[in-house]
Amino acid sequence: MPHRTFLWFILPSLLAMILFIALPIGSVLVQSLYVEHEQVLIETETCGPFGCTPSVSVDQNATRALREAQPLGRFNGLRTYTDRNHLAFAEVAAAWSGSDGWVDFGGRLMNLPFYKALAFTLAYTFIVTPFVIILGLAIALAVNGLPRMLKGPTIFVSLLPMIVTPLVGSLILFWMIDADGIIGATLQRLTGNSDLSLKASPALTWLTLFLYGIWSSSPFAFIVFYAGLQTVPGETLEAAQIDGATRWQRVRYVTIPYMAPLVVFILLIQLMDNFRVFEAIVGLSAQANASSLSILIYSDLRGDVAQFGSAAATSMMTIIGVAILLTPVLIRTWRDFNRKRV
Amino acid sequence: MTFMRLSGLTLAAALTSTAAWANCDLPGGNVNILGNDFAAINAVVDGARACAGNGMSVSANLTIEHRDIQVAALTPNPAEYTSAIVANSSIVPLINGGLIRPLDDLVAANGQGLNQNQLITIDGQVMAVAFMANAQHLYYRSDILAQVGRDVPTTYEEVLSTAQAIRDAGIMEYPYAMNSKVGWNLAEEFVNMYLGYGGTFFEPGSAMPSINNETGVAALEMMAALNAYANPDFLTFDSNATAALWESGQLALATMWGSRAAPILDDEGSTAEITGATGLAAAPTVGGGGIPASTLWWDGFTIAANITDQDAEATFVALLNGLSPDTIMANNDLAVWLAPGYTPGATAQGVFATANAGARPYPMLPYMGLMHTALGDNLSEFLQGQESAQQALADVEAAYITAARAQGFVN
Repeated sequence: MPHRTFLWFILPSLLAMILFIALPIGSVLVQSLYVEHEQVLIETETCGPFGCTPSVSVDQNATRALREAQPLGRFNGLRTYTDRNHLAFAEVAAAWSGSDGWVDFGGRLMNLPFYKALAFTLAYTFIVTPFVIILGLAIALAVNGLPRMLKGPTIFVSLLPMIVTPLVGSLILFWMIDADGIIGATLQRLTGNSDLSLKASPALTWLTLFLYGIWSSSPFAFIVFYAGLQTVPGETLEAAQIDGATRWQRVRYVTIPYMAPLVVFILLIQLMDNFRVFEAIVGLSAQANASSLSILIYSDLRGDVAQFGSAAATSMMTIIGVAILLTPVLIRTWRDFNRKRV
Repeated sequence: MTFMRLSGLTLAAALTSTAAWANCDLPGGNVNILGNDFAAINAVVDGARACAGNGMSVSANLTIEHRDIQVAALTPNPAEYTSAIVANSSIVPLINGGLIRPLDDLVAANGQGLNQNQLITIDGQVMAVAFMANAQHLYYRSDILAQVGRDVPTTYEEVLSTAQAIRDAGIMEYPYAMNSKVGWNLAEEFVNMYLGYGGTFFEPGSAMPSINNETGVAALEMMAALNAYANPDFLTFDSNATAALWESGQLALATMWGSRAAPILDDEGSTAEITGATGLAAAPTVGGGGIPASTLWWDGFTIAANITDQDAEATFVALLNGLSPDTIMANNDLAVWLAPGYTPGATAQGVFATANAGARPYPMLPYMGLMHTALGDNLSEFLQGQESAQQALADVEAAYITAARAQGFVN
């Protein structure tokens, strides 16, 4: 295709991408560099149904003048990125010099909100992603081996976790693991420990979140692999069978190599999705034991005072985090692509 | 105290003032209300809707997410909503942003029927009209207290010893609960307890925090001691969860919102044995303090700044119609109403007792919201036994200062 034709061909989607992806990211980047104006406070008295109390409020006229002079707020550079609620350079340095050994340093690091969130986010990403790929492939192989009549219903049932809205799915699990719920009560009976609570213990909460993540994402991997399995050439499989390959050997040496590009595709999507883990933590009310970068952004923007600069900085770092995670996969794909061209 | 005279005042007003009430006879205007979604607010907004017609249009968006959209919705000119229904805490960002208008003229022209103590004035200007009060207070099961031979606790120390007695008697392993879900709820419990101990959140005359002290440690340790008698899942308990536990008979003592009394005491969701034995008492005091460890809240309406004067008057009149004595009388038990027409009933006992015992209102400071958020994010590790109370409070202060600096409250 000539370059000119190609340009016209992709122009509509290019425009849409600039408008809906590039510009908003640019705007978030700009917001992350600014903080609010200095607030001019005045002493006031507040009266209501419960009597009068001396109070403080923001001086409207003075604030309006500041706002008109600098609509974006005060320029703060990268200092929002390095403050305690984000990368916390000063606190990390203090923890480094003040700690005796790695365990102590790690403990101090986990006391900082960003690193605590990052630890769970990374653990979730690196545990859930491989399980999703392996489980998805296993389900796809199993369904592919079923008689034709059973395939349709089995595929439908296997896709249910993906069809169920994530928040609803996690809420159902939340009620099931309650001490009065079917899973929680069964576990208490099996272990004979009436204090066992999947919601209270940090380790068990993490485990529940991982299991939920695997349960909800596996159907995606399954359906992609299942589609891929339909393209594996029958002749090659038959030839391998005639050569005496076992079922496992056929999977290992014929099917899986054919699936390799799909593995890369699912890996990319899952790394991105899992790094932004969010609904499960909200649905399972797990904020006491697990937090993620998306949860930090959410918590900044809720409540009575929305903290846009802080949320914007965490958003930018999430984008950078996804980019770092994807780089090795993308480099590998690029090399493969170049090799094939030669 | 002002609140104490309230019941007499409202009764007198109900008998006399119906005739003086403004009706919604206006040339026209658009009314669009943003507010929280619970039965009492629904009743008020339904009363406002009755004004629709004759050139007036009334619509509303009632959602529990109202706090998260109110600033964005009232900022443009013209504003998306003509009124925001707010509470002590959620009015603050609207005032900070200059997004709501003073109501003195509207009150003078149309609000003769209002009680004086319904007017929320800031620096002498009326900024909101309150219509209901709320507070967290003690719920108890009289049958279980009788079984262990205890009186209704009036201090949190007595709550601890009573809970221990109930546990020792083998009646319940986890007899107590409070709304201790991580985030807003847990922070609210700390605010209550800390004020009960007589603490102050900020250094005098500044936005610098001052909670990492003996009072703060005592408040946290009392919360931990109480939650030792709560189910281990307590960090997931919001007000829906505690109300459900109460209605299922799994609790003997609980600190819950007054607005939950009507749904708990009605004949749905529970048995007659449980609701019949449920009593409401003032929030306990703590640490020898003289006032209940609880904060008083009001809900009221504001009028947006960025709308036409005609729409503002239409909104004010329509909402007043929602607060008419007829509406209040028809919905008497849904809330502790501040508006004329209210007769305090059984469901209001806890809130009245708490207010009359001198509980303080929730602080309406521009930076209190940031403190509340910092508290909600940083107390759970102490309650799970993973760090010391001092460390938890130091984390709260550090997180607050960082946020307050970015918001321009602290240099």
